[in-house]
Amino acid sequence: MRAFVELNGLVVPIDRANVDTDAIIPKQFLKSIRRSGFGPNLFDAWRYLDHGEPGQDCSQRPVNPDFVLNQPRYQGAEILLARENFGCGSSREHAPWALADDGIRALIAPSFADIFYNNCFKNGLLPVVLAADVVDRLFRETFATPGYHLHIDLAAQTVTTPSGEKHSFEIDAHRKMCLLQGLDDIGLTLQHVDAIRAYETQRRQTAPWLFV
Amino acid sequence: MDTEMTSMKQTLYDKLWQIHVVHTQSDGSVLLYIDRHLVHEVTSPQAFEGLRLAGRQPWRAASAVAVPDHNVPTLNRSQGIADAISRLQVETLDKNCVEFGVVEFGMHDIRQGIVHVIGPEQGITLPGMTVVCGDSHTSTHGALGALAFGIGTSEVEHVLATQCLVARQSRNMRVWVDGVLGDGVTAKDLALAIIGKIGTAGGTGHAIEFAGPAVRALSIEGRMTLCNMAIEAGARAGMVAVDQKTLDYVRGRPFAPRGEMWQQAEDWWRTLVTDDGAVFDCEVRLDAGSIAPQVTWGTSPEMVVPITGKVPNPAEMTDAVHQSDGQRALAYMGLTPGTPLTAVAVDKVFIGSCTNSRIEDLRAAAAVIKGRQKAASVKQVLVVPGSGLIKQQAEAEGLDKIFVAAGFEWREPGCSMCLAMNADRLEPGERCAATSNRNFEGRQGTGGRTHLVSPAMAAAAALAGHFVDVREW
Ligand code: SF4
Repeated sequence: MRAFVELNGLVVPIDRANVDTDAIIPKQFLKSIRRSGFGPNLFDAWRYLDHGEPGQDCSQRPVNPDFVLNQPRYQGAEILLARENFGCGSSREHAPWALADDGIRALIAPSFADIFYNNCFKNGLLPVVLAADVVDRLFRETFATPGYHLHIDLAAQTVTTPSGEKHSFEIDAHRKMCLLQGLDDIGLTLQHVDAIRAYETQRRQTAPWLFV
Repeated sequence: MDTEMTSMKQTLYDKLWQIHVVHTQSDGSVLLYIDRHLVHEVTSPQAFEGLRLAGRQPWRAASAVAVPDHNVPTLNRSQGIADAISRLQVETLDKNCVEFGVVEFGMHDIRQGIVHVIGPEQGITLPGMTVVCGDSHTSTHGALGALAFGIGTSEVEHVLATQCLVARQSRNMRVWVDGVLGDGVTAKDLALAIIGKIGTAGGTGHAIEFAGPAVRALSIEGRMTLCNMAIEAGARAGMVAVDQKTLDYVRGRPFAPRGEMWQQAEDWWRTLVTDDGAVFDCEVRLDAGSIAPQVTWGTSPEMVVPITGKVPNPAEMTDAVHQSDGQRALAYMGLTPGTPLTAVAVDKVFIGSCTNSRIEDLRAAAAVIKGRQKAASVKQVLVVPGSGLIKQQAEAEGLDKIFVAAGFEWREPGCSMCLAMNADRLEPGERCAATSNRNFEGRQGTGGRTHLVSPAMAAAAALAGHFVDVREW
């Protein structure tokens, strides 16, 4: 998993509450055998004017010019600014897969739905919870300032605005450690490589038929 | 902990668990070493994709064996898979196996079949192994004295990458079956009777060891049927201790050890029994002699009665939850309380699935037919062997001719109408006598009505057009 330490990223605002995972990635894309490649279908129903199906070439589809992700000033955004209860609904891990695939690395909102919040960490995404009034101010500054960037420092647990204002956020110590080191569950288990190898060496002696 | 544990009497499950612990973590979970990883097309694509994205290789590719089973057609297989999405899933498995060096029995390989059938058949699963697969019915392999359980897609990736799982030990449960199963009463009926007794959540949090004289008397294939349905009793794993039958079954299988290595393996395998005096957290006892052939009447495997019984009246059930579940189930199944099961007519019959598609199951079904014809009212009877080799064996014994002469359809191996992911399915409202393991709403096709029974009971229902007591057939 990609580590998350610090990020100075362009901000894209999704200005509505209770954005559910079906909005983030509609159900027809779950038939896919992949967990990558969902980026072009992120917010598919809002992003395009036609109905999306798996396997389409999205570059040929009519885009909705009003949707923020399609506006030139937000191209290349890495931080998604959202309202409360972002990621509610179905538990599909395809939602964080789609966000990460489209280049998003961190999300800031007053609250996230629980399962979505967990799923973010499994996929190298940092969800940051800030107070509703702070998020509201960030929305206003983002709309008012083309090229608006925020600086996120995970080690210090701060979000810093261009004017130097710092906002602290909370994060579980174990998850912070995993993100900082880029460790997913597999990464954590692989910290025990020596123990696994030692186990195998001993089993090769006592049960060699398992290794032919 | 170790000194205390080793001085204690151990259950089979505790022994299997302990020998596979690589590392105990501070929160009490362990890294459990996985000896054998079975892979099929539905739950593996994102796991392989995850490896690819992370630039990882399988830790020990030789421990994995793959087979497509859920999506494969059981008819005209040489023409390939018509449904594009199913085809892509199977082709993706083929490609992933080539890329990551995993042995695969492809769709046209004679060894192809349902993953839980081919594992034991090939000696891919052996006593004492930890066996996982992205599939809940992995419990089947516990019949050989293995610790076998199903996992999710992210765990499939975890096992591919690390050969380990992060896991917590379950509690020990023993289901002890005294006595002797009567004529016409099979492992399937025993499994259903156990689930009827303890409920579909009865084994939750436990690993079940099936034991006692009636379990010892079962063939290895019968034990597989029993362990297959442990998951339907809520337990992630079911198992039966190793005995001479186990060793006789395993000996000579293509992937089984030979020569000196066999001797070394056998010496250890013989110790894979629960120590006398070991304590179980929970024990359930049944008398095999009191068990009649079973038929489910509802939409959960615990909704089951003997063939001599009637469709129950939910109003007479003990608690409100059972009453409302029962009512919903009867409405879905289109049944009236008080109807004798022998008066329930079937539209279709399915003989197959990882529960009951092995050679003994096919022999049992064929024995019932004795040159008779399926009832005209029965629209279709599918007989789907569990593997290409079982199909070959059945044909060598002439079973296919018996089935075809009776008006049954003899198909290519796969999961088929167990879950209707390929073209084999029930139409809305159709009633099916099925030898599979799940009678959930829509399981065999939207609106389809499933009654779980043994192969002999299914074959008899196909002839009569309704359920019958195969003991009087
Ligand atoms: S036969 Fe049915 S239960 Fe068994 S693996 Fe296939 S789909 Fe699952």
